[in-house]
Amino acid sequence: MNPGFDIEPFLLSFRLAGITTFLLFIICVPLAWKLARSRSWIKPIIEALVSMPVVLPPTVLGFYLLILLSGRSPFGMLLKQQFDIDLVFTFEGILIASCIYSFPFMLQPLQSGIEQISDELIEASYTLGKSRSETLLHVILPNIKPSILTGLIITFAHTVGEFGVVLMVGGSIQGETRVASIAIFEMVELMDYRTAHIYSLLLIAFSFVVLMTVYLINHHNRKTG
Amino acid sequence: MVISSLKKTLVGAQGSFLLEADVEIDRGGVTAVAGSSGSGKTTFLRMIAGLTIPDEGRLEVDDQTWFFGEKGRKPVINLKPQERGVGVVFQGYALFPHMTVLGNLLYASGNRSRAEMLLEMVDLGQLKHVKPANLSGGQKQRVALARALMRQPGILLLDEPLSALDETMKAVLQDELIKINRELGVTILIVTHDSSEIYKLCDRVLVFEEGRIVTDTSPRKFFVEREATQKFAFKGEVLEVRDVDAIWVAVVAIGNNLVEVVIDTNEKEGLKVGDSVIVGTKAFNPTIRKFQQGEFDFSRL
Repeated sequence: MNPGFDIEPFLLSFRLAGITTFLLFIICVPLAWKLARSRSWIKPIIEALVSMPVVLPPTVLGFYLLILLSGRSPFGMLLKQQFDIDLVFTFEGILIASCIYSFPFMLQPLQSGIEQISDELIEASYTLGKSRSETLLHVILPNIKPSILTGLIITFAHTVGEFGVVLMVGGSIQGETRVASIAIFEMVELMDYRTAHIYSLLLIAFSFVVLMTVYLINHHNRKTG
Repeated sequence: MVISSLKKTLVGAQGSFLLEADVEIDRGGVTAVAGSSGSGKTTFLRMIAGLTIPDEGRLEVDDQTWFFGEKGRKPVINLKPQERGVGVVFQGYALFPHMTVLGNLLYASGNRSRAEMLLEMVDLGQLKHVKPANLSGGQKQRVALARALMRQPGILLLDEPLSALDETMKAVLQDELIKINRELGVTILIVTHDSSEIYKLCDRVLVFEEGRIVTDTSPRKFFVEREATQKFAFKGEVLEVRDVDAIWVAVVAIGNNLVEVVIDTNEKEGLKVGDSVIVGTKAFNPTIRKFQQGEFDFSRL
């Protein structure tokens, strides 16, 4: 059996990465704002928790997510019985897994960007009658554009590149959870090296372009300062 | 009318001390807030603006309570900075770098005609479409000033607004502030170290020391009537004592100026290089005497 080249895994990867990036941006902007301005004792705990995916093997995360989402855990049972939702081996399942897995890659650039904004600028906005959310929208975000761009690009690329978590939670169901990285794994298993090469080279080219864009942006910003 | 009895424990270089801002300030005046650094001046202003929460006390502005709280408890009343109607000019200008000059003003309020009026007033009409990065220090300061006035605040707080400017620019901005005070009737509180600024600009001086207001008087009383027997008196440092024929000459640095004062042998005996001295006049001749501990020290402002 030789399935040959198929564009679908790539489209699925990009769809997964796109939605993950969008959701994480929405979640991480307010959280980064909160964390950047917080001096609470709970801050390092939250920071450590959300950074765990950077150091944990994806299989560990995938394993526990699989258990959590499956019908055997209380949470999985609740979803199944109350809403008739089964997240294991579905696109929604790997979307949740991706959001957790890529969380630090969105949060950290945003948080460090916001931390670099001077307190005076934020206080000036308050004394001009602007609320916290107005300040975030009109003062903070426009001044951390490089951080936002870095967060968006790295999150997107990191999600495209993930493998272990998706495999554990989603398996390899065509059109549903078989993203590009998993398709490569399958091609190699099937000894279809030609297709594996095409997929891999495409991902290499994609990664290079993405990372070069990030460095170009950073370089440009250092120069214009 | 601002009535404050705010208190807050601050940590200074010599351990913690209590900032006790017990003061009443009339509408429409210009009050200088002076004192050595770390004496609580800036915190006092920040507490009025609502940017720093006091430990206890009460702050009333025009019969409205802005803050009321007891020690160790959550404040009963604590208006947010947004609700206080205070204009603040920050030490570092705090202009929004991604907005033009006009954009900075319009961010505060959408009132375009007021923005144009204020920009004309501070002489920046020509630069309204320029971004802050392309402005000089003095221009940035004027934008910050105009922006702080956009929402028609009753109180304008300035934290060492002119310290980074050269003398010419300082004079221009001082005139600007006088104009703002007279034309817009804004009550101004200004943190300043500059004695000429206090004298020119302010009608009242509050001197903070270790958190307490130790002096509360008019600039005239503060500077002039203090040394009633002398026409003028400057504090300086002896750089050199020189033998010129039969007399002695002391070279004294006062600010950036050097003056030479003729002294007699008796005076010479008591002076050495590095001494702090007061240079004054008596019977039209400059005199010099050693600076006594506890005397008013301009450099402490």
